[in-house]
Amino acid sequence: MSGILNSSIARKVAMALSAIFLLIFLLQHFLINFTSVISENLFNELSHFMGTNILIQAVMQPVLIFAVVFHFVMGFILEAKNKSARKIKYVSYNGGANSSWMSRNMIYSGLVILAFLVLHFIDFWIPEMNYKYIQFNPEDPTRYYGELVHKFESPLRVGAYVVSFALLSLHLLHGFQSSFQSVGCNGKYTPALKAFGKYFAILIPLGFIFIALFHHFNH
Amino acid sequence: MNLTLKIWRQKDANTQGKIVDYPISEVSPDMSFLEMLDVLNEQLISKGEEPVEFDHDCREGICGTCSLQINGEPHGPDRGVTTCQLHMRMFKDGDTIFIEPFRANAFPVIKDLIVDRSSFDRIQQAGGFISVNTSGNTIDANSIPVNKHDADKSFDAATCIGCGACVAACKNASAMLFTSAKVSQFALLPQGQVEATDRVMNMVRQMDLEGFGNCTNTGACEIECPKGISLENIARMNREYLKASTK
Repeated sequence: MSGILNSSIARKVAMALSAIFLLIFLLQHFLINFTSVISENLFNELSHFMGTNILIQAVMQPVLIFAVVFHFVMGFILEAKNKSARKIKYVSYNGGANSSWMSRNMIYSGLVILAFLVLHFIDFWIPEMNYKYIQFNPEDPTRYYGELVHKFESPLRVGAYVVSFALLSLHLLHGFQSSFQSVGCNGKYTPALKAFGKYFAILIPLGFIFIALFHHFNH
Repeated sequence: MNLTLKIWRQKDANTQGKIVDYPISEVSPDMSFLEMLDVLNEQLISKGEEPVEFDHDCREGICGTCSLQINGEPHGPDRGVTTCQLHMRMFKDGDTIFIEPFRANAFPVIKDLIVDRSSFDRIQQAGGFISVNTSGNTIDANSIPVNKHDADKSFDAATCIGCGACVAACKNASAMLFTSAKVSQFALLPQGQVEATDRVMNMVRQMDLEGFGNCTNTGACEIECPKGISLENIARMNREYLKASTK
């Protein structure tokens, strides 16, 4: 096992595993958020459960933060290493002839997502941590829906969400299938996996955009 | 056809190179790309100028010697061919064609369009073989039954000619497609199982030591590969590596 973490394949697999974890998180985040469109009470109940369950707060939340930080840090490290593998660039380079824009520009779509996450943390996570663990406010199981709706009042914030999720969609259009390829999944199920990945990459970010626009225009 | 060639000229490995313009006329669409360069070189020699150095050998797409990044693509705009199989009919009268060497730190330029691809040899030497006793008691390879599907997949991987187009095409200058083809051709056969662990670990280690970049699955290598080596091989190498890492 010695030295495995220094190998290109180990880095790639670690990057892919963090990506797959984040894909699962994104799906559950979407499903919970989507309930806000259907039922205020259901959204409050689920948010209250997520915000107070000890397993989620003490175990899953640190794992999630680690996965997010790891994915970004490793992304930057890999980008720097890859750029330095070709010090003299081509005068003429036709990347569009053999690869998708998304696959060649993961770092840029990733940077937009990073900027979005900073905004998202300022909007939701930091106030939530402050509310619960610094000010020790008494838990109010009905507060979540109102906080969500309030955040989507600003057209600027909604605009930032729309742009960010469009970039997330581009990121996932390459990233979904790529993460499975990295962990060695490529065979007879690949066409189905690719098709599922495309639907996932388009529908989930589109769903998040819908939720933001729904609350912006309905309140 | 009348063309303008923009060719990378570099005196030697230690000198800085630059793009030099060469107009060339009366190019036949039936010429191969290398024949067109032969004509250019004859013209340069007759004028007392230094000919453009480029790699070539079999000129029938087998040896993997020819290279060239043509208009931003390894082996040019055609698919499933090496530069020696590329024909001038792929271009139009009046075109400007950029001709550069394959670029990667692990492929240093020797002169003009010739690069040193011995890093591939060292990856191969690190494990791309099986050890067989050839003292006279050699067992006929055909005496070991091999599943047809695996035999075909192994043969597909073995068709890699090691030209380096995968590295040249990859935005990260990654050599994963080449290395994975050389790992796969043995990993799929019973003869390759004995040394499977050492093979993949040593070949990947050597690939990393040579300074190639990481694979980010853009798929450019598969598209540009003149032999159609599949990304499936990279996934297989990843599995082989993970399996070997736990032993």
